[in-house]
Amino acid sequence: MVHIKRIQEDGADIISVIGEIDASSSIELDLAIARSVGEGFRKILVDCSALEYISSAGLGVFMSYIEELREKNIPMVIYGMKEKVANTFQILGLADLLHITETREEAKSLANELSV
Amino acid sequence: MLKAKTILRLSFFGSIVAWVVLLFTDITVLYSDLKGLPPGVPIWLPRVCLDLFIVCLFYYYRYKIERDENLSFTDLLWKVFATGLIATVVSLVLRLLESLLGNTVLVSNILFTDFIYQINLALFISFLLAAFTAWKRLILYQKSKWLIRIWSVFEVALIFLLIYDGFHIILPETISTLTLVAIGLMVVVLSANMRWVAYLNFKQKWTCILLLLLSFFYLGYFIYTVVRLSDMISSQSSTFFDFNSHVFNLALLSFVLVYSIFSFLVILFNLPTSSVFEQKLEEVINFQRISQSIQTEQNEESVYNILLESSVSTVFADAAWLDIQSANDGHKLYTYRITERESNEIRDHLKNHHVVGALEQSSDRTRNLSKHLASLKGSRFRSLLAFPITVKNQTIGTLALLKELPEGFNKEMTRIVSTFSNQAGISIENFRLMEEAFQNERYKEELKIAKSVQKSLLPQTLEKNSDFEISSFAVSADEVGGDYYDTLRIDENKVALVIADVSGKGTSAAFHMSQMKGIFHSLAQNDLDPKDFMERANKALSFCLERGSFISASFFIIDKRSRQIRYSRAGHCPVLYYNAAAGTTTYLKDKGAALGMVRNKEYGRLVETRELTYQPGDIMFLYTDGITEAKDAKGEEFGYERLTNALKEVTTRSAEEIEKHVIDKLYEFSGTRDINDDYTSMTIKFKESAEQ
Repeated sequence: MVHIKRIQEDGADIISVIGEIDASSSIELDLAIARSVGEGFRKILVDCSALEYISSAGLGVFMSYIEELREKNIPMVIYGMKEKVANTFQILGLADLLHITETREEAKSLANELSV
Repeated sequence: MLKAKTILRLSFFGSIVAWVVLLFTDITVLYSDLKGLPPGVPIWLPRVCLDLFIVCLFYYYRYKIERDENLSFTDLLWKVFATGLIATVVSLVLRLLESLLGNTVLVSNILFTDFIYQINLALFISFLLAAFTAWKRLILYQKSKWLIRIWSVFEVALIFLLIYDGFHIILPETISTLTLVAIGLMVVVLSANMRWVAYLNFKQKWTCILLLLLSFFYLGYFIYTVVRLSDMISSQSSTFFDFNSHVFNLALLSFVLVYSIFSFLVILFNLPTSSVFEQKLEEVINFQRISQSIQTEQNEESVYNILLESSVSTVFADAAWLDIQSANDGHKLYTYRITERESNEIRDHLKNHHVVGALEQSSDRTRNLSKHLASLKGSRFRSLLAFPITVKNQTIGTLALLKELPEGFNKEMTRIVSTFSNQAGISIENFRLMEEAFQNERYKEELKIAKSVQKSLLPQTLEKNSDFEISSFAVSADEVGGDYYDTLRIDENKVALVIADVSGKGTSAAFHMSQMKGIFHSLAQNDLDPKDFMERANKALSFCLERGSFISASFFIIDKRSRQIRYSRAGHCPVLYYNAAAGTTTYLKDKGAALGMVRNKEYGRLVETRELTYQPGDIMFLYTDGITEAKDAKGEEFGYERLTNALKEVTTRSAEEIEKHVIDKLYEFSGTRDINDDYTSMTIKFKESAEQ
């Protein structure tokens, strides 16, 4: 089960992912990112501090947006991942493809840097 | 037990024999009485013969009419009528013969009259008994305990009368009067049982009335004939046992007559209301049809058609339409005696007059819309009733009923059609649920096929060199999994290994797995550098993996000659490597993105080839995330550390034993063998080459 919250801060859309993302709940994450993109946000931050587990399908969601966001020049920064979740990103090689930071402040400044 | 047919024949034969004996003895008695001679046969014999005749005939009808289950009410009356008809015709033919013979000596002979009387009596009694048996069935159509008791008492009383007649027992007058009154009372009580009349429809009622009327005629005719003949004979002979003194016959006659009169009157008075009963019955039948319309061979369309038909016939509507909005086929209009154009006109008219929610899909109430019709010029309809059809709280359509009369629908009709449309909704819902169940069953079947396909993709035997042992283990969860491993011999020294995990589960994962197998078998034999292998595999997969899907894989080439392992990791779980010389274990965490993550040339940047030299005693443990992510009851994962420890405990054993130990440890940790994920492992244990 996953719970997704969205708040807007300093022109960035912060998507908070709470709980676990598996094959079925990954659809919700997909929807949240798609909405954020559709609503025209220029910066997307994903708060993973309350994310307990992510399956390969969940990683697939992040992966599937890499190309699209790069083309539209929208930076997406993921921050606050727990060690276990980060490890999953690491193993699959997603860590090199996504922008990942530890804190929200770092994420914001990275997003600002990238969107210039 | 004798068969019914045998009894039927025996009783018929018996009655004929009894009658013939009756005829001869009676004539003998009469003759000797006339001549003043002592009779050659006992005087009581004709009476006993008559009783025997009655008993035999009673059993005959009992088996002919009472036991026949297929007879309907009108059939029963028809049997009585037919018996009466035959009897009357025979009697009339005799009368014709008599009048043809004229005033001859024979005709005026009292013995000939007796002969005619006996024939008439036999015909009359058989008609009465046929009617008696038929009435019994009608009375006992809806039996109660009390009714059966009264009937048994009545039959016993009749038997008593028969004995009384046969042996001419003389009883005190009070007792005989009391018996007669009691029988009379029973006849009246029994005659009040007219429930069967309610089940007749209008046409059947008319048939019954006609049949009863004709039966009255027969009764009248026979009473007249028998009494006249009996009087004629008894006026000349004192010993003659005339009809009037036969109490049983009188009792039987009065019963048949009373019940016939009662039936006649009840049917007659029921005629005007029979259409209401018929309508009620039809409603029940229609209701049943709708509820039964969910059989497998029927579809939603037939439910709609039945609803339309039933509603129209129940409320006598002049026209109707059923507008169904379905998700896949859009609008569907079922009409009855109305053109699509007309129905559209009415709907447009209502829309133009802003009748809110009238015939629209959102309407959820039954509405009488007749008043809105009045303003539509050129329409022949003056009454309109609309019903919503709901499935799972969603209105899927509207049923509209139309009449040319104003105020054509009463409350009762509204209520019934509303029940119909509710039931139709339930039927549709059930139908859809069933459809879903079938679909699920099909999916399960497909999954089974996919699972067996997947199983066949995994290798039966593994390639190996003389300097290592290899063992593999794979279990997939209930669904089709996406774990894949394989080996391929490149040349005499080199063996390629692959282990991969396709993201997602189910049928698509099995397809991707087969693609991976194709890629592995076509690329690996070219002795590619592992990095090249990954790049090419990524390129090939870019075209067939859907968005968001990827495959994590590790590819190894083990070269016996150089004792080297060259490998590349593409997002797969890091290999656990045990170095025997140093006694250490390490996870080979190198960089490498899963196949399909990046679908362009940049992927080359994200993978690399690594090399390591192996020594005898070294162990390489390949696995998928099902092993490290297996959870115990508390939700904790098996993890890398437990895996390392499990391996360290058995480093000296063979590949197969190592593998078994690790899996046992995994089961011990998770507390079950039923881990809800795919988990696969491949264990390679290096040793001294057997050739050296």
